[in-house]
Amino acid sequence: MTGAQMVVEALKQEKVEVIFGYPGGAVLPLYDALYDAEIRHIMPRHEQGGIHAADGYARATGKTGVCIATSGPGATNLVTGIANAYMDSVPLVALTGQVPLHLIGTDAFQEADITGITMPITKHNYLVKDVKEIPRMIKEAFYIASTGRPGPVLIDFPRDILAAEGFFKYPERVEMRGYKPTYSGHGGQINRAMRVIKEARRPVICAGGGVLISGAQQELLQLSEIAQIPVTNTLMGLGSFPRSHPLSLGMLGMHGTVYANYAVTQSDLFIGVGMRFDDRVTGKLEQFVPGAKVIHIDIDPAEIGKNIPVNVPIVGDIKRVLTQMIKKAQKCDSGEWISRIDQWKQEFPLCYDCAEKELKPQYVIEQISKITGGNAIIATDVGQHQMWTAQFFSFEKPRTIISSGGLGTMGYGLPAAIGAQIGCPDETVFLIAGDGSIQMNSQELATAVFNKLPIKVAIINNRYLGMVRQWQELFYERRYSSTSLEFGPDFVKLAEAYGAVGIRITTAEEVVPALERAMEIKDKPVIMDFLVVSEENVYPMVPPASPIDQILRGGGK
Amino acid sequence: MKHVLAVIVENKPGVLTRVAGLFSRRGFNIDSIAVGETEVPELSRMTILVEGDENTIEQVIKQLNKLVDVVKISNLTNESTVNRELALIKVKAEPHMRAELTQLAETFRAKIVDVSLDSLIVEVTGDVEKLKAFELLLRHFGIQELARTGKISLMRGVKYIKMNGEGRKNG
Repeated sequence: MTGAQMVVEALKQEKVEVIFGYPGGAVLPLYDALYDAEIRHIMPRHEQGGIHAADGYARATGKTGVCIATSGPGATNLVTGIANAYMDSVPLVALTGQVPLHLIGTDAFQEADITGITMPITKHNYLVKDVKEIPRMIKEAFYIASTGRPGPVLIDFPRDILAAEGFFKYPERVEMRGYKPTYSGHGGQINRAMRVIKEARRPVICAGGGVLISGAQQELLQLSEIAQIPVTNTLMGLGSFPRSHPLSLGMLGMHGTVYANYAVTQSDLFIGVGMRFDDRVTGKLEQFVPGAKVIHIDIDPAEIGKNIPVNVPIVGDIKRVLTQMIKKAQKCDSGEWISRIDQWKQEFPLCYDCAEKELKPQYVIEQISKITGGNAIIATDVGQHQMWTAQFFSFEKPRTIISSGGLGTMGYGLPAAIGAQIGCPDETVFLIAGDGSIQMNSQELATAVFNKLPIKVAIINNRYLGMVRQWQELFYERRYSSTSLEFGPDFVKLAEAYGAVGIRITTAEEVVPALERAMEIKDKPVIMDFLVVSEENVYPMVPPASPIDQILRGGGK
Repeated sequence: MKHVLAVIVENKPGVLTRVAGLFSRRGFNIDSIAVGETEVPELSRMTILVEGDENTIEQVIKQLNKLVDVVKISNLTNESTVNRELALIKVKAEPHMRAELTQLAETFRAKIVDVSLDSLIVEVTGDVEKLKAFELLLRHFGIQELARTGKISLMRGVKYIKMNGEGRKNG
């Protein structure tokens, strides 16, 4: 069996159903082996599109995403996607081609030191130097990528290794003395946590992406209901707690709800669950949860105590830890606290001004939320539209937001939506994009059309790089340096050029009919070009490096 | 404050890069790093001197632990340890200065390991302070070249770092 055939066989053993890959010189042997394999292969139009699609597939399904790129530029085009998956803890295995072993280090054609380049942005990586190592390395790669705190793993295959002959035996288990994640929470710490929770009067749970990765949404709901603790979400954690639930506070942080930020700031107990105290969440660290004890539950011990001091640290898998906690959970005396929060909800709801005849971005997203009943997978790009989506789409179910949180990668949305739709063919997949972001990977419209994917693309078109413009307006005296996108393409024609459906929407009355029409189309993507008002800002907003209860509320009520 | 970490790692290509890269990426400061094989040939031991407060060191240890090739980390800072560093120093030495240099070397239990017409190489081992003091004295004669190994440490007495299995590791 050749090295390339071994790779294919190993992928089958790992039950890989779909690969997102782009061929090239160094991976020719692998593509020859794939020609006969019964693994679905999706070819993007750019390697970056391929890896973001694998990432979107992984987030939507919970399975490990797999992508392939050739050596040199193919591999370096994966770098943004790898960093993106690393920041958001997405399980990915990236397979790259490399120049033959004897040419490594000679600056050969299409040579790049991709293991060196990706060392700081992968959970682990490998350069294969012997065909015999292939089965073990692939087994380990999938194990490392998908267990503990998930993340991307890269394997670099020199071309001659792919062509070499060897004996294939797939290992049944992995033995790595340097990698042993902790899954069960420490009993003593859990008892301490439950004592602290019982004594709390103003508790708040903050649920992050770890809850979704662990599949712990049921346990989170139970703990919150039994103990009567309100729940706020990070961007990555949206969908882990139903937004329509009376105890939901929506998102916190820079563009979080006023009531979430007030509740967190005034809490006497902050329970961080599968979240990592990112600066967009905490604002000014020194004034974050000033009067609260902190319980932090995470599978990655390095996250605990990294940004803020913790009173009760619990390392473990969220689902297991919450199950352990529920057994001992009692109702907190939080009634007064919850009614205070309900008052804030009344007083400071998410809102926006809307004059007649204006097409507002928030309105578009509200209507998408309404027409889908929260029952859709929503991919986003990065910027204002992403924050409006987090605010105005009612995320009810896990794995329904597919968004680049940590790295903030513009151009992530379209390929990620493709991956999500391929992984979940029966779900409605929306992409909410900006007119800036969509242009960073719009070539993937070809992939979506070719694969007959009925993705509904809503471009929130304000003719600006809106979020940067907003910061220029607020903090740089409206000096709109290089943020105008006045000369964007005609997105309707662009859609049609690729064989997709294009619809332009310029008034509020046209929004619902356009969405209804889009929902009818089942065999190709629809691009809806929403020409919204151009200088709308995202509010609430906490200015950078301010405490999160110092909030700009904008023009809204 | 300076901390001494003994880090047991897989003896594989690229491991030093992973460890060193992690320090620079996370903004930790390495004072010195010494690497060599251990009594178990597939494992290497890195002795790392790192500057930082307790929180920083805790982060350093936790982040290092996340590297798949790192098997075990021991913080030797507050342990009773034997510490050594080795330096080779080439000093300018006209024939008439040799006697004085030899005497000086003896005081520091250093060895003269190479002699040429107008220079000699001294080998000295000891803790960091001793090496510093010796270097200062030799400067007076004119140091042409100096190479140091970085510090290595072992715990005194019955304590030792068990190589296999014992270290708690986390993903």
